[in-house]
Amino acid sequence: MRRTFVKTLVATAVVAAFAGVAYAQQGQPVKIGLLATLEGPFAAGGADGMRGAELAIKQKNGMAGGRKIVLIKASSDAKPDVAVNATRKLVEQDKVDIMVGPLSGGEGIAVKEYSKTQPNITFINGSSGAQATTLVNPSQNFFRFNTEGAQWMVGLGKAALDRGYKRVMVIAEDYAFPYSQVQGFMSEYCRLGGKVPVKAWVPLGGKDYSSVIARIPKDVDALVVVLGGADAVNFLNQYEAAGGDKPLVGGSITVSQDILNYKGKRRDSLVGTIAGAPIADAYDAPEFKTFVADYQKSYPVSAGGYPSPSLFALVYYINMKAALDGLDLVKGDLSDGQKKYQAALQRMTLKTPVGDVKLDANRQAIGTTFITEVVKDKQGNLFNKVLRKVDGIDQMLGQPKEQFKMGTRDEPSCP
Amino acid sequence: MSAANWRNAMNSGAGRAAMRSAGGGTLVAGNRGLTPISAGWNFGGIFASVRPRHIVVLAFLLAYPWFATPFFTFQIGAQSLALGLIALSLTFLGGYGGMVSLAQMTVAGIAGYGVAIFGAASAVDAAISLGWPWWVAVLISIAIATLCATFIGWLSVRTEGIYTIMITLAVGVAFYYLCLQNYSVFNGFQGFQRVQAPTVLGVNLRDPLPFYYLVLFWSLAGYFLVKYLLRAPFGIALQGIRDNPRRMNALGFNVTAHRVAAYAVAGVMAAVAGVLLVWYNGLIGPGSVGTSWIINILIIAVLGGMRHPIGAFIGAIVFVLLQTFAIDVFDRERFNLVIGVVFLVIVLFSPDGLLGWWSGIKSKFPTRGGVR
Amino acid sequence: MRRSWKIFWTLVIGLPLAAFVVWGLWDNTRLFAVTLLNGLTLASLYFIVAAGFTLVFGLMRNVNLAHGSLYLLGGYVGFLVAQHTGWFVLALAAGFAGAALVGLLMQVSVFRFMPGQDLRQTMVTIALSIIIADVLLWWLGATVHQMDAPGWLSGPLRDIPLIKAYSKYRLMLLPIGIAIGVALWLFLNRTRVGMMIRAGVDDRAMLSAAGVNVNVLFAVTFAIGAGLAGLGGVIGAVELSMVPGEDVRLLLASLIVVIIGGMGSVVGAALGATILGVAETYGLTYAPTYSVVFTFLILVLVLAFRPRGFLGRPA
Repeated sequence: MRRTFVKTLVATAVVAAFAGVAYAQQGQPVKIGLLATLEGPFAAGGADGMRGAELAIKQKNGMAGGRKIVLIKASSDAKPDVAVNATRKLVEQDKVDIMVGPLSGGEGIAVKEYSKTQPNITFINGSSGAQATTLVNPSQNFFRFNTEGAQWMVGLGKAALDRGYKRVMVIAEDYAFPYSQVQGFMSEYCRLGGKVPVKAWVPLGGKDYSSVIARIPKDVDALVVVLGGADAVNFLNQYEAAGGDKPLVGGSITVSQDILNYKGKRRDSLVGTIAGAPIADAYDAPEFKTFVADYQKSYPVSAGGYPSPSLFALVYYINMKAALDGLDLVKGDLSDGQKKYQAALQRMTLKTPVGDVKLDANRQAIGTTFITEVVKDKQGNLFNKVLRKVDGIDQMLGQPKEQFKMGTRDEPSCP
Repeated sequence: MSAANWRNAMNSGAGRAAMRSAGGGTLVAGNRGLTPISAGWNFGGIFASVRPRHIVVLAFLLAYPWFATPFFTFQIGAQSLALGLIALSLTFLGGYGGMVSLAQMTVAGIAGYGVAIFGAASAVDAAISLGWPWWVAVLISIAIATLCATFIGWLSVRTEGIYTIMITLAVGVAFYYLCLQNYSVFNGFQGFQRVQAPTVLGVNLRDPLPFYYLVLFWSLAGYFLVKYLLRAPFGIALQGIRDNPRRMNALGFNVTAHRVAAYAVAGVMAAVAGVLLVWYNGLIGPGSVGTSWIINILIIAVLGGMRHPIGAFIGAIVFVLLQTFAIDVFDRERFNLVIGVVFLVIVLFSPDGLLGWWSGIKSKFPTRGGVR
Repeated sequence: MRRSWKIFWTLVIGLPLAAFVVWGLWDNTRLFAVTLLNGLTLASLYFIVAAGFTLVFGLMRNVNLAHGSLYLLGGYVGFLVAQHTGWFVLALAAGFAGAALVGLLMQVSVFRFMPGQDLRQTMVTIALSIIIADVLLWWLGATVHQMDAPGWLSGPLRDIPLIKAYSKYRLMLLPIGIAIGVALWLFLNRTRVGMMIRAGVDDRAMLSAAGVNVNVLFAVTFAIGAGLAGLGGVIGAVELSMVPGEDVRLLLASLIVVIIGGMGSVVGAALGATILGVAETYGLTYAPTYSVVFTFLILVLVLAFRPRGFLGRPA
């Protein structure tokens, strides 16, 4: 009698333990690692990116797929080795289940390589926008729900020609992301008959543009400027001080909010610049307006936010939302090496503030781009007005696969 | 800078007192590498003074991967040992040669870039890498890096002591800008990706365990090389040159040749460590050879203490631990501030680094009989 | 060096240079002239910053690797003052004063207690440079800070023969640099304090034996050196913006200028700055991916033939 009682007790305990484990599995929080550059040249963008990601979690009250979300943050300084070290720590030491990040192009390629060594962890991009990340040696568990640098410029070539810019000079930073941007612009621009006589690649973080400005030919109609952060500000200043007055065509980070907000008078010279970007501050779709309102409420300017969310905030928001929506789809089940989760991510149609996003075979987003123009509002703030919205852009930019060549320093070329 | 200045700069008061009270009698031309031949086996030079603590440390290092997690083995263990080897080359030059060279990370970077350029690596959109077999690439890279180290040494040795820091820093930063701006050879800002350790005799050196032992082997080799050199005529002459170059010159030693040779030896160590480091990271770019890493190596060497070769490795372990876990304690963004403050405190209060601080503490609790 | 070698080396270096000048003038005269002007104005900025560095190094044998951070600090202080008061001149003064104050603090509270320990002092400056750079990043964030040139200096100067238009502010850098150079020279050669500094650069021990209060002199010199870096920071803040990372660039420039020009010599700093500024700018214009190689070549040549710099003295 006692034996039976004890046996039953033990059996119940065992069952309860297993059930307890299963229950704990269900109720256990999901750890998500978040990586952005909080030091160095992109620090301001990185801070906004983190705000965007946190907003996505806040909108779902910190839960997804029935499980609580625990966010573990890390920072890098735009150096690929630092990014990989930080990612490795989050994945192997802090044991995150999902990884969101990094911010810059070179880091993205390095983190993608690392992701191949951890097939049971899902890596989702932050905002890195180099073509090569998903086009060359893609990784099975690295997902990019944001469109990349070249996709962001689709439609801009035609818009430039429509404005009468038949010859342009390209001034861009010398690394992977601007290569993609220039390729996206030039493949369309050259095909439609535009000419690019000079391409000037400047080192990232170089401050002295006097030499580049001195090389601007007299007969170009506009300058295509793909510089970000402090470089863009410097160039604008020096160009105007040197007596330059040619109109500008901007890359996506040249007219991002962190530039339009810089503290100096010269930013007025940006008014009228057309650009291509995944975000347009004045886009009036209700989902976007909700997103902007949420951002402004959670991060008022007094607390360090921008008047309107930047490109980094939107892109990090989209990627984090993808992570959370995916968890909802699989009801929080990350067992079996996350295979169900990754399959769900591959299949799903993500609803973002700027339209729907689906992934192609390389897990790269097919999405939307805006052609914008910079205007000044009544309070004197600069923002981007929408000229045109282009949907369904894939990584081949609508060209047949045989014709497509990735952007490098020399390709494409149409002098 | 004169010998007395150097010793003042590098010896804290406590350290000196400890040496005196310990009755070591080893303050002769600063050959701190020698200890009295007492207990222990006598296998000639190196093993003359093996102590139980040495055996314990060695056993710990060998057994480490078996009880540490793969993350700790790889990111903490292997990285500390590789960085420690570079810092060891700096300690050798600075502590025992009197020439603090900030170009050691540069030499390591040259070797790393060599492996990427001559071997198989991906420069994404440019076909720069030559794809030669890994051992050819490694040997050539180490040779080139050592040549560069000799050249840097030749540039710096004809000037006064304090000029060395300036010149080597200028060379280091110039190399960084070269890597950043040049595309045909160094692939500029992108650098090289997918620089991977090879598979040798069926053992994949990319896995944490084999890689750790590889790095451990070379670190031990470097450590024992330094210890051996310090007791050999070359090392003794070098320390003599550090203390009083004019006298050594009068005695007939070729001061310049000795110094340049020291740079070459340090260059070999840094080059080997550079190859290991590029395999650890799997990539190399200008950021890996930039100012922050140049200064970090100096910080590691000073943090551990330049009076003994083990200091470089101690400093490296502390640095890597701080770097990895600082974000859990305070903002990762303020990591630089923490490192700067730690470095400042060490230089102000314990210029001999952690080793000096440790001797200071030990001197407060003298052992029996006062003889160590 | 024997005369025949001297002639050989002069030809080896001089002929390619002359050929380049001729080609440049023929190929695109405007570009060549603009580049020359760009180089000279950049050299002005380098000179202002490097002069402070060489003074401190020459007198106190202290390789102040925090010099770049002082540049950044001065720039930020000047920016804040300009924002509040709108006066550029005030900003200049504030930048100078702010950096000078920090420099004075550094000398009086730390370096004074390490006489003769050059290496230790240098390492303290490294630590301080890291700390200052991070504190500035913390305090002011990483957003771009751009300072405006004063109204009468903003915009281009038009209708210049050949060059057509050039930035007024950038052009102003030349006379400012020359003015500061002359002022420094007068200070060093025509005042008592300057005389003591020059004497100290030559022989520190003797100066102390002659009864000069060396500590006060060192403090004054360090303050001036740091102040010059801060002044350079404000001036540079308009042309190149204030961003973390500038400190390293200006520090490297100061190092190279002092290596080329010689320790402790203001004229040497002027010479070194001119060579560096012009070489760097021409390199960036005509061969952007190799410009640093030219700078490095110059450095190697100087170190090979004149290890102490052109106008340096034995330490």
